[in-house]
Amino acid sequence: MKPGNADPADASLPEGVDEALALELYRQMVFLRIFDERALVYHRHGRIGTWAISWGHEAIQVGAMLALKASDWAFPSYRENKLGLVRGMSPAHVLAGCRGHPQGWWDPHQWRLGAISIPVASHVPHAAGFAWGERLQGRDTVALSFFGDGATSQGEFHEGANMAGVMNAPLILLCTNNQWAISTPVHRQTRARTLADKAAGYGMLGVRVDGNDVLAVYQAVSQAAARARAGEGPTFIECLIYRAQAHAFPDDPSAYRDDTEAEQARREECVGRYANLLMRRGLLTEELAARYREEFLAKMADAIAEAEALPIPGPELAFAHAYERKTPALERDLSELQRIQAKQGTR
Amino acid sequence: MSTMLFAEALTSALREEMERNPKLILLGEDIGRSGGVFRITVGLQARFGAERVVDTPVAEAGIVGSAVGLCLSGLQPVCELQFDAFSYPALNQILTHVSRYRWRTQGKAPMPMVIRIPCGGGVRAPELHSDSPEAYFCHTPGLTVVSPSTPADAKGLLTSALRSPDPVVFFEPKKLYRHLRGEVPDGEHLVPFGKVRTAREGSDVTLIAWGAMMEIALAAAEALATEGVSSHVCDVRTLSPLDEEGLLQAARVTGRVVIIQESPRNCSVASELAALLAEHAMYDLKAPIKRVSGFDVPHPYYSIEHHQRPDCARVVDAVHRILEA
Repeated sequence: MKPGNADPADASLPEGVDEALALELYRQMVFLRIFDERALVYHRHGRIGTWAISWGHEAIQVGAMLALKASDWAFPSYRENKLGLVRGMSPAHVLAGCRGHPQGWWDPHQWRLGAISIPVASHVPHAAGFAWGERLQGRDTVALSFFGDGATSQGEFHEGANMAGVMNAPLILLCTNNQWAISTPVHRQTRARTLADKAAGYGMLGVRVDGNDVLAVYQAVSQAAARARAGEGPTFIECLIYRAQAHAFPDDPSAYRDDTEAEQARREECVGRYANLLMRRGLLTEELAARYREEFLAKMADAIAEAEALPIPGPELAFAHAYERKTPALERDLSELQRIQAKQGTR
Repeated sequence: MSTMLFAEALTSALREEMERNPKLILLGEDIGRSGGVFRITVGLQARFGAERVVDTPVAEAGIVGSAVGLCLSGLQPVCELQFDAFSYPALNQILTHVSRYRWRTQGKAPMPMVIRIPCGGGVRAPELHSDSPEAYFCHTPGLTVVSPSTPADAKGLLTSALRSPDPVVFFEPKKLYRHLRGEVPDGEHLVPFGKVRTAREGSDVTLIAWGAMMEIALAAAEALATEGVSSHVCDVRTLSPLDEEGLLQAARVTGRVVIIQESPRNCSVASELAALLAEHAMYDLKAPIKRVSGFDVPHPYYSIEHHQRPDCARVVDAVHRILEA
């Protein structure tokens, strides 16, 4: 049961998607896919830290981001760890972030992206408050919060969604229902028939789309953004996919599920499916697709080299930003640490 | 100078700063038409409108979490949490986001918000309405934690909080709201963070306290004076980051220190103060540091809460014991 543009033979482009945009959606999806593939390899080499895989989530992430205006804000969770790429952030900096390097800790205002939120659902109220604040100040900004199916079980999801509803905030709640929260299937998260049903409880529109269909996601987010800008408040969008890969590394899905479903999901994955559609429309050729792949693979090789070449900062950085000004105690602790490191020759 | 109730001093700080700074926005439960359970925001919605003095759903994590987003959009939210223990549902937001956003964005996205929390017991409230949870917040880097003990400081410290570029957790001893009246300077009045206040000068023993316990400390100093014992009384004011120099100086005045707090003792602010003094003023001390605090039990129901809250007799007893030491 897949809602949305389920028929791959339906090759029409939705309203508002011209051929250039259709191809750009594809390019960004390929970029994210290749980033994910390479990041996994780098992780296994020990060259980056924990990596939350989002292979198969590209249609949702790219479709949603490209449906927003550049001035709109998104609030990512750890699963949207490479969202900055869609906003133009350098892949070296995204990789630097995965290396714990400060070059990867972005300025939310520069990229119109909240900081990556690690505690599940805790950034939903941030997006609600941000959207509300923008409306209060007379701007037509929309905020979009990414989160997964597991997040809908958290109290802060409820508080954020409820607050957004009450404040009529221009917010899009974008749920990536990949049906697994690490090893917990969605039927252990909720008794609700669909997650989109939850929207009714907040007095907002709930929409369910095929998360493998980038055009369906693009269209749903575009419509939700238009409604938000028109003062019609928040929308809950449930994007239905299947997490064909592990949650992150280390995680071994064979411990908790039969791989048959995942195999099926891999056959339906979004990038290949969209490539087929574009080829049938004559917008993409095998050669062009191969060229994109080559281009992004080369970019990633350069990016990891660049990220690894970044000098590791000293401890001053950790002390510099806890408060606007270092407290006397922090000044003392830092100089003590530097004295000891100088003595040991570790700096 | 005007004479004001502690509560009125807080209201006047909010009103004057809202006049001055259009980015300030108040949010909390029942703070609008009803003026909050303690009436601190009374009259402010009528004056500034329902978009700046916002009645929210009953949702502490939602209030503080949406305040994070409000900061990112360029506003300066002031959250009211109705009671001390009602800050616990918001702890996740405060500890994981409010305190860290500046750090994780290398200073690019500070959180200039104030979280006001009525605190402490002695007002015959039900369970979880009388806690003194300051230690949870002091343990968290990135937060400034403040508690006033006089109407003048209530206004001056809250005004500083409302102008702070960093998030401030502001503890208002609810016992003092309508019980304590005092002089407040007219016009703009700011009390800087990170400076202790000498509430009474003395030479035999140093009493260190803050918030509602200052009243107990001063009463004990009076009682001790009748015995010929001279107390130096120091109000901590900023619980984190501490005025280390000011505290060390206060301890050195007499070399004998009693720290008084309402919260349980284990891993508390009093524990931190005692460690600080032991580490840096050990050779100026003439006796072991004593802590008079709540016991390590939940704050009891009101018929027995007076056993939990330090009182004059317990402080005097502690002073006697260190004078003998």
